[in-house]
Amino acid sequence: MNQHVLPPIRPEYDRVLAPFVEAPVERALPLSTRLWQQEWLRKGLILATLAVAWEALARFQDNDLLLPGFLATLSALGEGLASGELLERVRISLGVLAQGYLAGVVLAFGLTTLAVSTQGGRDLLSTLTAMFNPLPAIALLPLALLWFGLGSGSLVFVLVHSVLWPLALNTYAGFQGVPETLRMAGRNYGLRGLPYVWQILIPAALPAILSGLKIGWAFAWRTLIAAELVFGAASGKGGLGWYIFQNRNELYTDRVFAGLLLVIAIGLVVENLVFASLERLTVRRWGMVR
Amino acid sequence: MTLVAARESHFEPRPRPAPSGRGLSEATAPPRAPAPTSVPLLQVSGVSLEYRTPERVVRATHRIDLDVYAADRFVLLGPSGCGKSTLLKAIAGFHQPVEGEIRVGGEVVRGPGPDRIVVFQEFDQLPPWKTVAQNVAFPLRAAGLLGRREAEARARHYIDKVGLTRFADSYPHQLSGGMKQRVAIARALATQPKVLLMDEPFAALDALTRRKMQEELLALWDEVRFTLLFVTHSIEEALVVGNRVALLSPHPGRVRSEVNAHDFTLSDIGSRDFQAAVQRLHGRLFEAGPEPDASPVP
Repeated sequence: MNQHVLPPIRPEYDRVLAPFVEAPVERALPLSTRLWQQEWLRKGLILATLAVAWEALARFQDNDLLLPGFLATLSALGEGLASGELLERVRISLGVLAQGYLAGVVLAFGLTTLAVSTQGGRDLLSTLTAMFNPLPAIALLPLALLWFGLGSGSLVFVLVHSVLWPLALNTYAGFQGVPETLRMAGRNYGLRGLPYVWQILIPAALPAILSGLKIGWAFAWRTLIAAELVFGAASGKGGLGWYIFQNRNELYTDRVFAGLLLVIAIGLVVENLVFASLERLTVRRWGMVR
Repeated sequence: MTLVAARESHFEPRPRPAPSGRGLSEATAPPRAPAPTSVPLLQVSGVSLEYRTPERVVRATHRIDLDVYAADRFVLLGPSGCGKSTLLKAIAGFHQPVEGEIRVGGEVVRGPGPDRIVVFQEFDQLPPWKTVAQNVAFPLRAAGLLGRREAEARARHYIDKVGLTRFADSYPHQLSGGMKQRVAIARALATQPKVLLMDEPFAALDALTRRKMQEELLALWDEVRFTLLFVTHSIEEALVVGNRVALLSPHPGRVRSEVNAHDFTLSDIGSRDFQAAVQRLHGRLFEAGPEPDASPVP
């Protein structure tokens, strides 16, 4: 019976549609939704919650030697900044960091450019990264001290080590992920060699390169603080890690926390201001990442 | 010599005038060049192409002979696996032929260059980090053809031509697929290549957009008179876009026949002549005899 059911044949129609005026075609989102879309607001809320929890825990514990509260730490931080001591420490740390980071970035780009252009470079990169990427930079510190002495040379050496491999690995992965069509389009214009790498591969791989730069930055920052904690004062001028270590020895726990807070704050600033702006101006604007 | 023998045997099955076919017959030769006396702009002679997979070497095309004259709209038509895209990439300089040679303007093709700009099927041919205007000017700057200001002016000119004036400062990700292909076409035209190579440029578009793009391409050709080599697997597209169509047979790709299609325009698609031509090409593509009731490939 079902086989013989036919749909009804209905009359056709064609009507003239008047301009649509009954309701606005687009309307603004409610204020709360728009506020919630502000990333800084959401992240700020998380930070505020953490600070409140910290302060509550410290008051509950009531032992300034073990866990100074958030406010006590802030006042120690304020003191340190006002006296200029902390600023000087940060300046020393960031100076060393910049040297090591830049050297690592330059070396990583050299290595990956070699890797995309020759088979030998490819093998070299994959072998070296497989060997050295898992090696903690701190483990090289004793060796670095032996080679470069107690100066900033050893710090730069371990920094280069901590930046070079993850960045090279990420950059190379980014280069490999460049679509074939885009490569052919570039070669079609007669691009080859360095201009090809510079004008096609690097911008096309920028999402991966940026994430490599971020990872390299985090590795470098943490390696630097750790290295300074281990041997710190280079010719009487210690960085932020040395400040933390020194104050722990003298049981100024609030200053230790102030130093740690500053380490975190600098990390947050670099991540959220430097890298976020870099991403907004490049890969986000180009629609390469969402 | 084998090359000559191969060429003769390829030319043999050329279409003979068919009594009912208007567009396919060679009796109605193109009015502007009945017997081209000049040298072809693009000469493909005896070109065999091979590509390598991890296990074996595959012959993509075998001893292809084609001549493309200036202002031709030459279409390579064939099923997938006939090596038409590989041949186009070889003409662009991305593959080296294992035998034979490709000449553009008398010079043997040795590598990619801005005198043969390709419009690819994929939308990611446009660098996403450049705006539409920068994209169109990119090859002009990269190849060192023009200075910054001239490149910009020429880019704007061709962006106007493809109707994207309002989007000149947009990034590719803000455009629709059809608009991206328009940018790619503008970019190719701005370079003023000797030969414009198009590799199924409209295949990834929806049917309505594709039809519009075909119209626009023909209008642009009317205006600029570029030389076009166009790869497609759609018989109708081949007849509409091309003035001459080469049929390639698959595995490996060989030229089965060349037909004229200069009489057909987009408005002919429904006509009986057009349908007959489609049927005939369909029959030849699938190696069968005449198939009166075979439906045309869309």
